[in-house]
Amino acid sequence: MTVRLTEVATLSANWAEAMNAGIKNRLKSLIWVNYGRPAARHGGRCWRYHVNTCRMIVESNSVRFDGISLDSGATIAPVDVAYETYGQLNAAKSNAVLVLHAFSGDAHAAGISPETGKPGWWDNMIGPGKAFDTNKYFVICSNVLGGCRGTTGPASVNPATGCPYAMSFPVITIGDMVRLQKMLIDWFGIRRLLTVSGGSMGGMQALEWAVAFPDSVVSAIPIASTSRHSAQQIAFNEVGRQAIMADPDWNGGNYYGGPLPGRGLSVARMVGHITYMSDDSMREKFGRRLQGKDNFSFGFDVDFEVEGYLRYRGSQFVGRFDANSYLYITKSMDYFDLTTGRGTLAAALEKTKARFLLISFSSDWLYPSYQSQEMVRALRSRNCDVAYVELQSNYGHDSFLVDVAEQTDLVRGFLASTFEKVQ
Amino acid sequence: MTASTPKKQGFVRELLGRSDYTIIGEIVEPKTRVLDLGCGEGELLQWLAENKGVDARGVEISGAKVQRAIARGVSVFQSDIDEGLADYPDQAFDYVILSQTLQETRHPRQVLREMLRVGRRGIVAFPNFGHWRMRLSMLLSGRAPRTSLFPYEWYESPNIHLLTVHDFEELARVEGWTVERRYFLAGPRKVTVQPNLMAEVAVFLVRR
Repeated sequence: MTVRLTEVATLSANWAEAMNAGIKNRLKSLIWVNYGRPAARHGGRCWRYHVNTCRMIVESNSVRFDGISLDSGATIAPVDVAYETYGQLNAAKSNAVLVLHAFSGDAHAAGISPETGKPGWWDNMIGPGKAFDTNKYFVICSNVLGGCRGTTGPASVNPATGCPYAMSFPVITIGDMVRLQKMLIDWFGIRRLLTVSGGSMGGMQALEWAVAFPDSVVSAIPIASTSRHSAQQIAFNEVGRQAIMADPDWNGGNYYGGPLPGRGLSVARMVGHITYMSDDSMREKFGRRLQGKDNFSFGFDVDFEVEGYLRYRGSQFVGRFDANSYLYITKSMDYFDLTTGRGTLAAALEKTKARFLLISFSSDWLYPSYQSQEMVRALRSRNCDVAYVELQSNYGHDSFLVDVAEQTDLVRGFLASTFEKVQ
Repeated sequence: MTASTPKKQGFVRELLGRSDYTIIGEIVEPKTRVLDLGCGEGELLQWLAENKGVDARGVEISGAKVQRAIARGVSVFQSDIDEGLADYPDQAFDYVILSQTLQETRHPRQVLREMLRVGRRGIVAFPNFGHWRMRLSMLLSGRAPRTSLFPYEWYESPNIHLLTVHDFEELARVEGWTVERRYFLAGPRKVTVQPNLMAEVAVFLVRR
C-alpha cells in the first residue's frame, strides 16, 4: 500500500530505479530524525522517534494478549498486535481515532518508518494539520489479525509446535480482526473512539466496529467499501488465491525457511493491481507505450510499460507480504457480510448510535458506489445520522489512497463537528 | 450570524441573505429533528444546528454542494429527492424543509406527499408565479416571463413546475393537508393584502 502511494509520482520506464531514487530521498529526510528515549517495552519490537520536519512523534509498538476466541470456534493464544500511534491522547480520552488499513496495509499509517524509509500508507491524510489532525486527535493504527507485519498471522510461530502456523492457522473473519482491535483499545483505556475509519477492507472493519461495539464508536468513516463482498470481489480474490496455491513453492503453505511462492504471489498481486486502477487511469499512465524499446520484441519479454509495471509491483510484493496471509485475509474479506446472523442490513444497524460519513469514488469498479449507497439507504431507514458523497476521481479503487484533497475537507469537517458534539 | 427577529413591524431581517430563511428560522422549534430537501451547501442547516440546536440532516443532488456541506460539518447525502424518500421511516423528522426547490422537482405532488409522510410538518417556500410583475411581463412581451425571481430563459430554466399561492392552497385543499401558518414576502417586506398578486415568495407550514 505504501508503495502504491509512491507509484503515481514515480512512473518511468525503469521501475526499480525510480523506486530506489524514492527510497534515497526518504532516507535523506531521515537525517532530521532524532532518536528519543525508547518507550516502555510491551512485548515485541519497540521504538520511538521524532521527525523534526513534520514534528510528529511516531511510535511503533506491539502488545501481547493471552488469546482470542474466533468466529470459527478456534482460539489463538497468545496473540500479538503491532500498532503505531500519532498525536496525544487527551485527559478525557475522547479524541482517539482508530484508522484501519486495507488488505495489504500495515500499522505504519503515517510518518516515516526508520526500517524502510517509507511514509505510512495514509501519510497524506494523517499528521499535523491534515484530515486526521494529530494536533487535535490521537490516531491509532494496528496491523490486522492474520497479517504479516507484527500482528499474529500464519507466518508467526505457533508456541505449541515451535514452527510457523502456516495452514494450521485458523480461518479468521473481519469480526475477529475487530475484536482484537477492541482488546487493544481497551488496553489503552479508551472507552469510546471518536471515529473508526478506513478504506476498502478498512471500511469493512469500520462498519463492523459500529455494529459490533455500538457503545464504543461515536462515528464511522467507511471509504470505498461495502457491507458485503460481491461475487465479483470474491472472484478476484479467488484468482489470487489459486495463483498462490498453484505455485509448487507454496508447498501446502509450508514454505517458511525455503523458497517463497514468489511466482504465485506476484501473479496474485498483478491481478489485484489491475482491480485497483481504472481503464482511464491505466490509459493515462501507460497507454500502449513500449518499455525501453521502439519495436515489439516478437517474444514474451516485457514489451508494454503496463507489463513492466505489473511485473515490478508483483515482485516487490513478494518481499513484503506473506503468501499465506494473502490467503487468510482475502478469505476474511470474502466471508464479510454485515447481515450474517443479524437478518437484514437495517436490522444489523439496529443498535448503532454512530454518525456516519461514507465516501465512494466514481471510477471505482471494484467497490462501486452502489455498495456504499446500499449502506446509506439502510442507515436512512434506521434514521441514522449519515452523510454520503460520491467523489469524482479517475484513479479507480486506489482513489482513497491517492486522491485526498477532497477527502481531506470532508473528513476534517465531519470530524470537527463530531468532536464538538462529544465535548 | 445574527438573530432572526424582525427589524420592525412588517419587515424581516434577512438570514444568510434570504428572507424566506428568516421565516423558516422563526418557525423551527429548538432541539427538533430537521430534514432539508435540496439543502445546497447546508448554510441553513448549519445555522439551525448552531442557533436552535436542531439535529440537522440534508439531501442534495449536486456532488460539489454536498462536499461543501459535509466539509462544514452538516450531515448531507447526495441523492435525488424526486427518486423518493422511501428509505425513511414515517414521521422520522419534526420538520421537513423544501426551500425554493419545489418548482424544480419533476413530481412535486409526490415529493410533498413524501415529505409529509417522513415529517410531522412540512415547511414549503416557493417563488410565487402569480406575482404582478410576472403577469405584466407576460402580458406585455407575449413571451415566457423573465423577472428577477425567474431570471432564466425558458430553455435553460431549472424551474419546471411553476405555481402560484392559489395553486398551492388548492393542492393543500385537495390533498387534505392543513396549512398551519402562511407567510408572504416581497423582498424583506411582509405582504398582507392580495398575496397571490403581491408576494414574491410564499412560505407555508403544513401538516397532513
